[in-house]
Amino acid sequence: MTTKSEIRLQNFYVYNSSYGQKEGEELKNILYYFPPQTDFDSQMKTVGLTEALIKFTETFNPDQSCESLHTQKTRQLYYQPERGFWMAMTLNIPYITKTKDGTEYQEYQSDEVQDTVYLAVLQQSYQMFRLFKGTFGAILESKGGDVDYLKQKLDHFFSRYLPTLKLNHCDILDIFQGIQFLPLDKQTFLRVQCFVNLIEALFAQVKYTTFLYNDQLVWSGLEPSDMQVVYRYLVTSLLPAHLETELQGGSIPRHPPSPFTSSHYGRFVTGPSNLQDTSAGVGKVPKVHLNNDTTPETYHLVVYRALSATVCLFIDGSLILNLDLFKRLDIFLGPHLTSLVSEVAEQCGKQAANSGSSSPETSPKFVYFNKLNLAQKSTVHLDSRRTGNVCVTSEVLKLLADINSDKARMPATGETILKTLSDYWVIGKLSNLREFYAVIQQKNANLIEINDEVKRLCDNQLKNIFFHD
Amino acid sequence: MADSQIEHYYLELSANPIRFEAVSKVVNVFFDDSNKQVFAVRSGGVTGVIVQGPTEQTTRSFRMEDKGPVISIKFSPDQQVLALQRTKTSVEFVNFLGEMESFEYSQSCKGKNTVILGFVWTHSNEIVFVTDHGIELYQVQPEKHSLKALKSYSMSVNWFVFCPQSNLMLLSTSTLGNQMQPMFFRQGTYSKLNKLEIDLPVVPKPAKLCLLERDVTLAVLYGQPCIVVLRHQPRGVGNTGAEVVVYTILKMSTVKKSHILRLDMSGRFAINVVDNLIIVHHQASKTSMLFDINLPGESDGFVTYHQPVAPAQPIKPFSLRLPIATASQVLSEPAQLKCELYSPNWVVFQPNIVIDAKLGCLWYVELRLQPMVELIQDRCLLVDFLMQRRDSKAVIIKVLQNILEPTEKNRGYLVVISELFDHLNDVYRSFLEVEMQSQMGMPASSGLSVSPAKPTVPVAPKASVVIDQADLYTHVFSHFADYKDEENNGGGKFIVWILLEYIRSLTDYHIPVQHYLHELVINSLVHYKAYYQLHQLLQYHVVSDSKPLACLLLSLENLYPAAHQLALDMLRRLSTANEEIIEVLLSKQQILPALRFVRSTGSVDQVSARKFLEAAKATEDPTIFYSVYRFFEQRNQRLKGDPAFSKGEHCEAYIQHFQELFCDANSNT
Repeated sequence: MTTKSEIRLQNFYVYNSSYGQKEGEELKNILYYFPPQTDFDSQMKTVGLTEALIKFTETFNPDQSCESLHTQKTRQLYYQPERGFWMAMTLNIPYITKTKDGTEYQEYQSDEVQDTVYLAVLQQSYQMFRLFKGTFGAILESKGGDVDYLKQKLDHFFSRYLPTLKLNHCDILDIFQGIQFLPLDKQTFLRVQCFVNLIEALFAQVKYTTFLYNDQLVWSGLEPSDMQVVYRYLVTSLLPAHLETELQGGSIPRHPPSPFTSSHYGRFVTGPSNLQDTSAGVGKVPKVHLNNDTTPETYHLVVYRALSATVCLFIDGSLILNLDLFKRLDIFLGPHLTSLVSEVAEQCGKQAANSGSSSPETSPKFVYFNKLNLAQKSTVHLDSRRTGNVCVTSEVLKLLADINSDKARMPATGETILKTLSDYWVIGKLSNLREFYAVIQQKNANLIEINDEVKRLCDNQLKNIFFHD
Repeated sequence: MADSQIEHYYLELSANPIRFEAVSKVVNVFFDDSNKQVFAVRSGGVTGVIVQGPTEQTTRSFRMEDKGPVISIKFSPDQQVLALQRTKTSVEFVNFLGEMESFEYSQSCKGKNTVILGFVWTHSNEIVFVTDHGIELYQVQPEKHSLKALKSYSMSVNWFVFCPQSNLMLLSTSTLGNQMQPMFFRQGTYSKLNKLEIDLPVVPKPAKLCLLERDVTLAVLYGQPCIVVLRHQPRGVGNTGAEVVVYTILKMSTVKKSHILRLDMSGRFAINVVDNLIIVHHQASKTSMLFDINLPGESDGFVTYHQPVAPAQPIKPFSLRLPIATASQVLSEPAQLKCELYSPNWVVFQPNIVIDAKLGCLWYVELRLQPMVELIQDRCLLVDFLMQRRDSKAVIIKVLQNILEPTEKNRGYLVVISELFDHLNDVYRSFLEVEMQSQMGMPASSGLSVSPAKPTVPVAPKASVVIDQADLYTHVFSHFADYKDEENNGGGKFIVWILLEYIRSLTDYHIPVQHYLHELVINSLVHYKAYYQLHQLLQYHVVSDSKPLACLLLSLENLYPAAHQLALDMLRRLSTANEEIIEVLLSKQQILPALRFVRSTGSVDQVSARKFLEAAKATEDPTIFYSVYRFFEQRNQRLKGDPAFSKGEHCEAYIQHFQELFCDANSNT
């Protein structure tokens, strides 16, 4: 059997051509280069080629710059997040080693790397950088245009971020970068909402609050563009890491049972791990940059968790956090959140029982996305950790992204139906600015049957919205 | 204004007291607490009687022969018969049928050594004599000038009290006087309730009567008859001074010791009941305490112990305006006489009457609610207290306006506000339930959506005043708009928090939320540009669907593009708004989706072809126009057997347009 090689990151760089315009100063243009051990000569050559390519293509269409470069063995993607600053990354095209007439040769699978998906990955890397470090422009401004300072920041961030990229598990969800909302009845939602309001009323330092249950969002006080980045950080990075340390920590309670505090399950995910120990300080609390497009502001991101509920508090970044604040937060949040989470859990249990979880094997799978509120739902993916835990073949998964990249050619409402050789039907529908993709595996089905099946699925899943066929 | 801020007098005497001739050597004054009539009886030769009651009909004067000093005098409830007692063994009657008859008829009590302690009219023609040997119930037959004995009961009686509101009588028996026999009078008969013993703080030796009439009061509190007993005990170690013990009579059968009011003082007390509050006047300190048995107190599982609602306050000073006597006074200020409060001449009657016999004044004790706002710090307790009072709405609204004002200071009170809303809505729901019940004549709850935990619906609302959504909207929420401009970045959020907290509370109590509240939430969020938050609220259906709200959303599209999608969703859920959906789609030039939608709703045969053709033409896309045109031609074919449009459809312009676009080209080929 042949084995397919994996998609790997070959290089990743950030440059700004205006920094070294004279001959011999090309190295100044490069702000960050990965892998760092690459010699300067190669760095300059690679970056130089990209610069040239982008300049060259601009002559054809000055309004839209070049997004990707296809070669047999590599794929290069470009993104200009801020004026003059370019980010690029090069990926290996996976190949299959085959034998023909006794000689081995490599067949490159260029379809495996989808431009829209990996362009989204590149854009995400910028958004994540911006969340934690701020915009390139703002960083330069803060140090009087000191480019070395920006280089430090880039190096500090990307040298850790890039190794965490899961390039082989990127798919249509990376394009959406949506948010999964928790289905909840109005009454419980209002309880959550009012709880969040209470926090902000009692702690004036807290400017924004978000509330998650497991990996699903219940309430966001942030703007959607910030929320989607924070959501991705929480769900794919911070919370899984926290769960892991918690599992390793075993059953040792973080809070030594104190006669003064009633028992609750709350603890800080970012912040002090032990509120009793005054010498330990307040722990690590990340600073985040929000509203970068309008009025950039920095906030401390304090994350508090009780059972399955996670509350993110965005505290004014100009304040110095002290243990006292955390103690007061804990006293308020702990008991309230513990009782609220059981209410939410009860409601979720009821809804799960009502919907009657259909057998995962045979029922049609779907992906739903609404770009207006970034709501996303997928039964194709078995969890939201983005680790390739999916229940369809990678071929089908790719088709979803293909249909998606094709939607630019569709009018406001439209439908695409595909049938694969492996008896999969893949359907993409666009209506009322929502996207709905369905995957149905059914042997010997005809178009009408599939159409009816999709209709049923839509009626079932989207009964509360206007989604016309 | 400033005065009322400082004044803490929560009690006052009625502004226009009933004046009567003061007690003197020749004038005796009687008060009948059933009819609230004051009798000023002037003796000497002929007895002149001046009767003053609360109304014109109960005020009159008459003369009669002086047959000796009067011990007691009372009209029947219908004012037709006057009963008066001059001796210890009999009561005389005079008919007032139209006018006073001169003829008196008399009824003696039974038994030789029996002494009448008093008599009470229990119904318009029924009277009960209470003697030291028991009670005798008679029917008065004015036309026959005689009485008919109905029923009697023998027991030794020390004294008695009667409550005309509940028709309940309490008879003191036994040597100590603490054995109580409650009796409930009905037309033609009475029933005995279980006897009860009132525990005494000290039992004297040798035994003597130590529970006195003046310490026992019958009252009606929150619709329930109660026995209110003053218990004097010397202050000292382990003793906190006098207490008031409240016994509640349940369903006119059993008596239960239910509340103890801690007075923390000793001396002479008098009790009034105003608006379901027990008022304890204390003569030594010249103050009055307020107790509300409905407010929570310490409980030992059987009895609830109460502290005064607020620190003891004196009654508001009262001045009598004296009639101008001489010409010299005309120019000066009208003469005023400052009345002595808590005077030894005061006699207190139930429920809320104070009489100064020397002054010749009868006042009603009245409650002033405004000072309570300052005196009760806990806002929830305050509102609970106020909701139980009559005519308290204006005061409650003021309290709410104050605490809900979107200021920085009030932000910290959100926890209290949340609880406050729950208290308001608990009462609100009980009102709605009662309303439903009266409308449907059967147990409610179906219309108010499910509340499975309450199989039995209370028959009475939980308070006397309700603050509903309309009240809060008109008096509080609608004024939020005034703050919007001076908002300093926290105020806006606060308004939304309050509204959501209120909606949350309504939802918790299963009360349908009125659309104007939803509208206000949406407008507030829009005003602070919190569009994504608005989107989430709509997503979770916090805001109920309605056509007006969908239209409001449509109008927001310019500010927040997603509002269009939300509006369409809402129209769809309403399922009665298909017309609107078509209009919205056509206005967006989504002609084909609109047609598909029409087809899915099965109303193809009804829609106007002209509307679609007009929209299709406006797109300036010949393909779309062609499709729409053909679609309707097919419809014509199906309905009429002919593809041509009929005259009534007014499609001539589009037929022509179609021919211009396509038919010329056809003829060329």
